[in-house]
Parts: sequence; C-alpha cells; structure tokens
Amino acid sequence: MSNRPLPRLDSVNRDFWTCGADSELRLQHCNDCQQFFHPPRPVCRHCLSENVGPKAVAGTGVVDTYTVNYQKWHPAIEVPFIIARIAIDGAPGVYLTSNVIGCEIDDVDIGDKVQVTFELQDDVYLPLFEKVS
Amino acid sequence: MSRNEAFITGIGQSEIGVRLERHPLLLTVDAVKEALQEAGLTIDQIDGVSTYPGRASGMLGFSPIGSDELIDALGMKTTWYAGGGEITSQLGAVVAAADAVRTGQARHVICYRTVYEAAAFTKPDEYPMPKRDRVDSYSQWLAPFGAISAANWTAQYAMRHVKKYGLTREQLAQISLTDRANAALNPKALVREPLTMDEYMSARMISTPLCLFDCDRYTDASTVLIVSAGDALDEVKCTPVRIAAMAGSVDRHSWDQAEWMASYATGRDLWKRTDYTPADVDTVQLYDGFSFLTLTWLEALGFCEVGEGGKFIEGGQRIALDGELPLNTFGGQIGAGRLHGFGFAHEAVVQLRGLGGDRQIEGDPKVAIATSGGGPLATALLLAKD
Ligand SMILES: [Zn+2]
Repeated sequence: MSNRPLPRLDSVNRDFWTCGADSELRLQHCNDCQQFFHPPRPVCRHCLSENVGPKAVAGTGVVDTYTVNYQKWHPAIEVPFIIARIAIDGAPGVYLTSNVIGCEIDDVDIGDKVQVTFELQDDVYLPLFEKVS
Repeated sequence: MSRNEAFITGIGQSEIGVRLERHPLLLTVDAVKEALQEAGLTIDQIDGVSTYPGRASGMLGFSPIGSDELIDALGMKTTWYAGGGEITSQLGAVVAAADAVRTGQARHVICYRTVYEAAAFTKPDEYPMPKRDRVDSYSQWLAPFGAISAANWTAQYAMRHVKKYGLTREQLAQISLTDRANAALNPKALVREPLTMDEYMSARMISTPLCLFDCDRYTDASTVLIVSAGDALDEVKCTPVRIAAMAGSVDRHSWDQAEWMASYATGRDLWKRTDYTPADVDTVQLYDGFSFLTLTWLEALGFCEVGEGGKFIEGGQRIALDGELPLNTFGGQIGAGRLHGFGFAHEAVVQLRGLGGDRQIEGDPKVAIATSGGGPLATALLLAKD
C-alpha cells in the first residue's frame, strides 16, 4: 500500500506517527501512575495526571483479532490484505489497529506473535506488524 | 399510565428506495404527515423535534435534513429540540425526546431519521463526497491501515466469535436469511426476494467472516416516530406504546480500544430499569447494519449466554416470524433498507399495534425491544403495550 490515507499531524499525535524514524514504537505514558494509554492525549485516562509523554515499548505484540479485507474501499489500496488489532506487549489495555504484512492472507490467527516494522509514506511512519516465530 | 412516562404515538415512513428523485426534505414530510395522521395530531400540536445526527454538512447523503431546517420548513413552534451525533447511537434521539416529554419541556416530539445515501451518489454536485487531504479524529487510527469501513471494524469482533466461540457462517447466515424472508412480506422493503443458504454461502467476502449479504446497503428514506407525554395522550387517537425502559452505553467510543461492544453493557442496563424480563418479550427488532451486530444484541439482551448466539439462531426457527422470538419482522436493514436505527422502533410499534399485515406475528404481542448501533455506541428501547 503506497497511497494510504494519512493522519493529520498535530502536537499530540506527532510523536506516535513519527517515532518510526528512531526505529522504535512509542506510546503515550503516564509518569505518575506508570500506565500507557492510547490514543495519545495530554492527560492520563487512568489518573488524570498531565505528567505524560511518549515512552518506548518493545514493539512486539499479539494478534488480538483480525479480518481479511476483500472489498476495494479505496481505489489506491490493493486487496486482499490483513487488518489486525494488536495487543501491545508491555502496555496492558492498549491496542493498535494495523496490518499484518509479509505473510499469506490465510496465515494469520488470533494469538500470533508479531513485531512492529515501519513504512514511511510522506512524513508519516506507519507502524505495521510482521509475524515472528 | 403515569403522566411522567413517555410514549410512542404516531409513526410514519416515506417510500424506501435507492436513487429516489424526491427531495429528502419531502421524504421527511411524507413520514411526518403519516405519523401525524395516525396520531390524529396536527403540526400545530408538535412542540419538539429530535433527530440523529443532525445535518451532516461534510457527508450530506448520510443526513441531509437538520432539525432546525425541518422546524422552519414546516412552521413549527417548538419549545425543545435536539439533533446531534454525539449520543448513544441513532435511537438516542428517541431517548432524548422521551426525557424532554417526561420533564415537561415538550408534549409531542417528532423524532426522525432521514437517509439519502443512495441518491447522493447520483448527484455529486449537490452531495459531494468528502475530500480530505488528511484524516483526523478517530479515523486516523483506522483509515491508514485500510480499515475504512465499519464492516472491517465489526468483522474483527465477529472473527473473535468465530475463533473463541466457534461461530459458523451457516449460523450467522440465519440473521440475513430471516431478514430477507421477512422483507419478502413487507411491501415497502427494498429487497423482496428471499435469500437462500446456497446464495449466502457462495457470496463474495467483504471482510472475513462477513460476506456481501451480512451488510446493509445505501438507501433513501425517512422514518418518523412521535414521542408524546403521558399527560398528553388524550389528544392522541392511536394506541400509545409505552417506552418502558431505555438504556445506552459507551464503553469507549472507539472501534479498537474497547474490550467489548457497547451493546453488552446496554443490554445489562436495560433490565435493571424494568420489572419485565427477557421471557416477557414477544418480538425483537435488533440493529443489523451488519448481521453480526444482531447476534451480539441477542447475547447482550440476555436471550442467550455470551458466545452462544450462533447456537441460539442455528437453523433459524427460533427467530422466524412464527418462532418463539420473531426477529426483524420488517426485514431489518439488510432486507428493508438502511433506515439507520429508526426502522427497528417503527416496526416494534407496528407489531404491538397488530398492523403488520402479512408479516404480523401471531397472538397479541405486548412487549418488544428495538435497538440501534452495537459497536462503540448502543441504544436499547423496551416498548410495551400495557
Ligand atoms: Zn496516570
């Protein structure tokens, strides 16, 4: 996919969408209660602290659920492809909707272990995931 | 009947079609006039208007007629009105109206939902498609990954049922088969031909495990429900249907951070607010923008255990028109058209009044449930003729 709809970057989401430049996945983290949350916001949804900021995670995760999309919703996006909801290791309760790439479309399942990989399009580093054995 | 309760009185519906030429304001007026006539009310007696989601200027076909336009166009003198999308899904507009009449802010409220999504495609000059360089808000977490449609978002919850609870396509098919069988008996329905299991099983996939027939499709129509105050019923000539309980939940307004769909908390809360139980319910009209949402509503409302929805509808007899729990008797959105939530409450009232014609269920139904949404947003109404 080279013509993905891209997010509009702002002061709150910019780090998430560009952290791939440093080859690491960062999520919004609370420095008071030490919990991660997503989407990124300038206040912690667990304790209402404003002492929050991006923090790196390992970049691994588990396929929580998925679907194989066959419908051509977008003229520039080839089908079929895997859409998955990834539970991020080390960040309980945080999920990222993404794509599992680098495998056949029927070779993904709930519980599969995955690792982040970034795809650069314009100024956005999209966090995608590959299976790890 | 308590004066502090809210009732659905007149109901109305325009023609249902795709690529209708009639202006969406006039489709709305058609439904308003039918509802007024049934209730024996005049437009001068209407003092409230409620809609979902209000005029959607960036996506006009989705909601072309705002409440302030309707109020002005029909010369209404309103003391209360509301219209917005930040509410617990489509039937949240009825919940708001019920609260308004219960607190004396209005006596008779026109609640409506007008959709013009099919016609809009044929009139791109009048109804332009949204053009955005970049996506923002919640779309930014989904669209960059090709998860553009609610079909993709719903499909992932459905896949969890497949993998965790063994839901099969043959089981899920019963929602669409039931919808289409009932639509064949509804003269207004968009699709009048029944669907066979073979057709369902050989349909192309949209987003696994959902196939083409698991999805509703763009429709042009308007549906109206008049919500009246308990102390205004002497002005009404049709049989009032009491809104016996209401519930709407937002777990997280998100298609991927929420552990469960909002329907589950909504179903749980509905039964906390009434002495009725699931065993009292004569018919259910459950949101089917995607068939899987209907299945989760059956679980959420306690008709079966979580994860047992597939087995509950297996074979289809239980939810058929002559079954123990007739479902979507007008055809649902999959059969009758994407009326977007309001069709379910409309049909619940039709059945409770015994006006279903060829699709009227047996006996004298007294209790019905209508729902809307089921993803991150959900609303349930318990409706009773008591
Ligand atoms: Zn915190």
